[in-house]
Amino acid sequence: MNLFNEAKTLVSENIRDYGMYIALFVIILTFSIMTDGLFMSSRNISNLLDSAGYIAVLAVGMTLVIVIRHIDLSVGYAAGFLGAIAAILLTQAGVSVFLTIPIILILGVMVGLLNGVLVAKIGIPSFVATLAGMLIFRGALLQVTEKTGTIIIQDDTFNAIGNGYIPSLLQVSGLHLLSILVGIAGILFYIYSEFSNRKNKIKYEFEVVSKGIFVLKLVFVSAIIAYITWILAGYNGFSWTVIIMLLVVILYHFLTTKTVLGRHIYAVGSNPEAAHLSGMNVKKITYIVFGSMGMLAALSGILFTARLQSATTTAGTLFELDAIAAAYVGGVSSAGGVGKVTGAIIGAIVMASLTNGMNLLGVGISYQYMIRGGVLAGAVIFDVMTRKKR
Amino acid sequence: MAQNILEMNSISKSFTGVKALSNVSFKVEKGEIHCLIGENGAGKSTLMKVLSGVYPYGTYEGDIVFEGKVQQFHKISDSVKEGIAIIYQELALFPDLTVYENIFAGNEVKNGGVIDWNQTIVEAKKMLQKVNLQVNPETLVKDLGVGKQQLVEIAKALTKDVKLLILDEPTAALNEDDSENLLNLLSELKDQGITSIMISHKLKEVISIADKATVLRDGETVCTLDAMKGEISESVIIKNMVGREIDDIYPKRPKHTSEEKILELHNWSAYDPQLGRNVVKNVNLHVKRGEIIGIAGLMGSGRTELALSVFGNANSYKLQGDLMVNGELKEFKHTSDAIQAGLAYVTEDRKGDGLFLLQDIKNNISAANLHHIASGGVINDNEEIKVAESYKKSLYIKASSIEQNVGKLSGGNQQKVSLAKWLFVGPKLLILDEPTRGIDVGAKFEIYSVMNELIENGLSIIMISSELGEVLGMSDRVYVMAQGEIKGELSIAEADQEKIMELATQ
Repeated sequence: MNLFNEAKTLVSENIRDYGMYIALFVIILTFSIMTDGLFMSSRNISNLLDSAGYIAVLAVGMTLVIVIRHIDLSVGYAAGFLGAIAAILLTQAGVSVFLTIPIILILGVMVGLLNGVLVAKIGIPSFVATLAGMLIFRGALLQVTEKTGTIIIQDDTFNAIGNGYIPSLLQVSGLHLLSILVGIAGILFYIYSEFSNRKNKIKYEFEVVSKGIFVLKLVFVSAIIAYITWILAGYNGFSWTVIIMLLVVILYHFLTTKTVLGRHIYAVGSNPEAAHLSGMNVKKITYIVFGSMGMLAALSGILFTARLQSATTTAGTLFELDAIAAAYVGGVSSAGGVGKVTGAIIGAIVMASLTNGMNLLGVGISYQYMIRGGVLAGAVIFDVMTRKKR
Repeated sequence: MAQNILEMNSISKSFTGVKALSNVSFKVEKGEIHCLIGENGAGKSTLMKVLSGVYPYGTYEGDIVFEGKVQQFHKISDSVKEGIAIIYQELALFPDLTVYENIFAGNEVKNGGVIDWNQTIVEAKKMLQKVNLQVNPETLVKDLGVGKQQLVEIAKALTKDVKLLILDEPTAALNEDDSENLLNLLSELKDQGITSIMISHKLKEVISIADKATVLRDGETVCTLDAMKGEISESVIIKNMVGREIDDIYPKRPKHTSEEKILELHNWSAYDPQLGRNVVKNVNLHVKRGEIIGIAGLMGSGRTELALSVFGNANSYKLQGDLMVNGELKEFKHTSDAIQAGLAYVTEDRKGDGLFLLQDIKNNISAANLHHIASGGVINDNEEIKVAESYKKSLYIKASSIEQNVGKLSGGNQQKVSLAKWLFVGPKLLILDEPTRGIDVGAKFEIYSVMNELIENGLSIIMISSELGEVLGMSDRVYVMAQGEIKGELSIAEADQEKIMELATQ
């Protein structure tokens, strides 16, 4: 019973952190029941994650932009435009994939830096500066696709980024071996990091959760990773999109929690004056955050273009708002200084699950928008309420 | 005997347990200019906020009698309706609107719900004449100087049939001509039967204009002086302002001062482009190794601005003059340059620009020196914990763990976290801006002890403080500032409360 009580206080104290996981769980459960398990089928989950990919990477960058109290509205059409440039390089200019991708990413960084300069150096409100960028990139996208219309990409390597799967090495009783190995590696890494974390905390005589809860948490999270791996392995295994998404999350999670740069970003977000007086370069941080946003917009453009195997004239429409919604559902706060990268991914998956689930149920598009709007409002209300309570 | 237009009887007001006013009585006769005097925190502004309804009826004790009637002001508009107008130090004008729009803002000249702009301009011209201001009413307020803006504000008050005009340090930001102008206007208004209450720190003005002067100290009325009886003089006012007993809570330290100069400022001036004036004027000062210098002065005297201009020019002023650290001429482009040179600045406003309230103690302490505990940009968590734990112990920071958010700590503990952040940088010169404001006596003593310890270890400290006791108890030498200038330098042997106050109220 003691264990149960401890779990209860733990959840209620960290409701802000756990809230969206609980929401995701409820959404998954609801859809699974309503679709008789179709929602949790290997094929559907694989599709769902792939369709969340290009928004998820944007949401990661957007979270950091919002953490430092700015916004970036230009990312949608920037992604669309850069995706079209990628298509042109691949088809008309005949540049190889392995050169195209770095070129596009660098272009993305430059686009982001331009926004950063407008915001930090010239002092234009980010809303206006990036709104201007949004219009410009929309025009630029139309311009480059004007003559050809939709640009079809024939390059299989490029298209695999959005549609392909990691090689299986071997099929073991219908399961995808490499994917299983990746899953196992993930679980081992998770368990190792939790153990070393706990050991450190004990060494410094910090409060740690009881052994029961600790083991429970390990088993619970490992089971989730194992389950997802098993589901994906039952279809085609991990897609390249999922792998890229995971790499982005791991990189940004490390960057934000373990490095000086990450600390500076959150410091600037939570109190820019204090950050400035502590010797931090607020402008530089703003450049970096917008630069990273630009790079992720480029990545998003690559993922989306590869997924469609073509660059279209409307690519990128409303991506920025989907990314902002995902970031807020993931717990970022517009007051600055609060918000996790992992939250952004969960937020993106929540939004993608809603769309996917409602599509399976055949809910009309009009209701879909209203329901997604309601979920976004609910997430922000929840955030405000839990903050007041503290 | 003229009748009293205002009587405030036994007013008491407290903020979460702290008494700001206790049993204050304040009487103003009709048609006089009554000055309200006192140190920072004496309760002048609080008293005026009670009077104007900013603190509504019921949140204070005692009663207000205005024009013979007991008044219960629930909001500001209630007091405005009775003819009381307050002009705050920070002007409440709309800079991007014209003079005439400002004068009638909230009190528009209407004709069936539609504003009659022509009539407004005619009326505005009349009002401007009343306050002796010759400007085109169609000028934008932001294009006027501060002195003229103040007159616009008074003109605005006059449109509302004002009987009692309250001015909160009206001349603090004005030059001498503008100040004189304003004082003349007050005399003229007095002749027209308007009563004024003026809060002021400049005693010369008080002496020249006041019919009566009431001195407040620590939330209590000390006395009311009458000019007719010849009671208003500089020495009498100062004596009444500072007559507080100084408790001996200041830990002693042996003298450590060497002749080596850590910091020197020569003809140091700072121009604030946003305010359009010099906030620091021609300052010359030096700090020796192992010395605590106190910078005394009243609020708005330019002490914080001086600190910011020295500490990497954090507010982007236009600077003039020389700054030398250890005898070397320096030019700081950024706060990080100042930190590099061995300076540290613990801000006055802990919550506003000192701490990251949503982050834990550990993150706050390491914030200014993260590179010291990182390799290749990756933070060594264990090192960070060690550092935070050691400061928690040595500064007696009371918290359940170093992972507690600083937003939840008491003021004293927050101040210690601020201090720890800067000590971890390893500075040579520590600038402390109001180091003990709003913290309890126990924590104060601990901070004083830490300061002495630092001096023993060869640091130097600049302590900016409004608390005279603290300045006299802790400093080796005292500079007094007023209006952005150093008005005097006193060795600790010659400094006393009266002398400091005399310089600060020049």
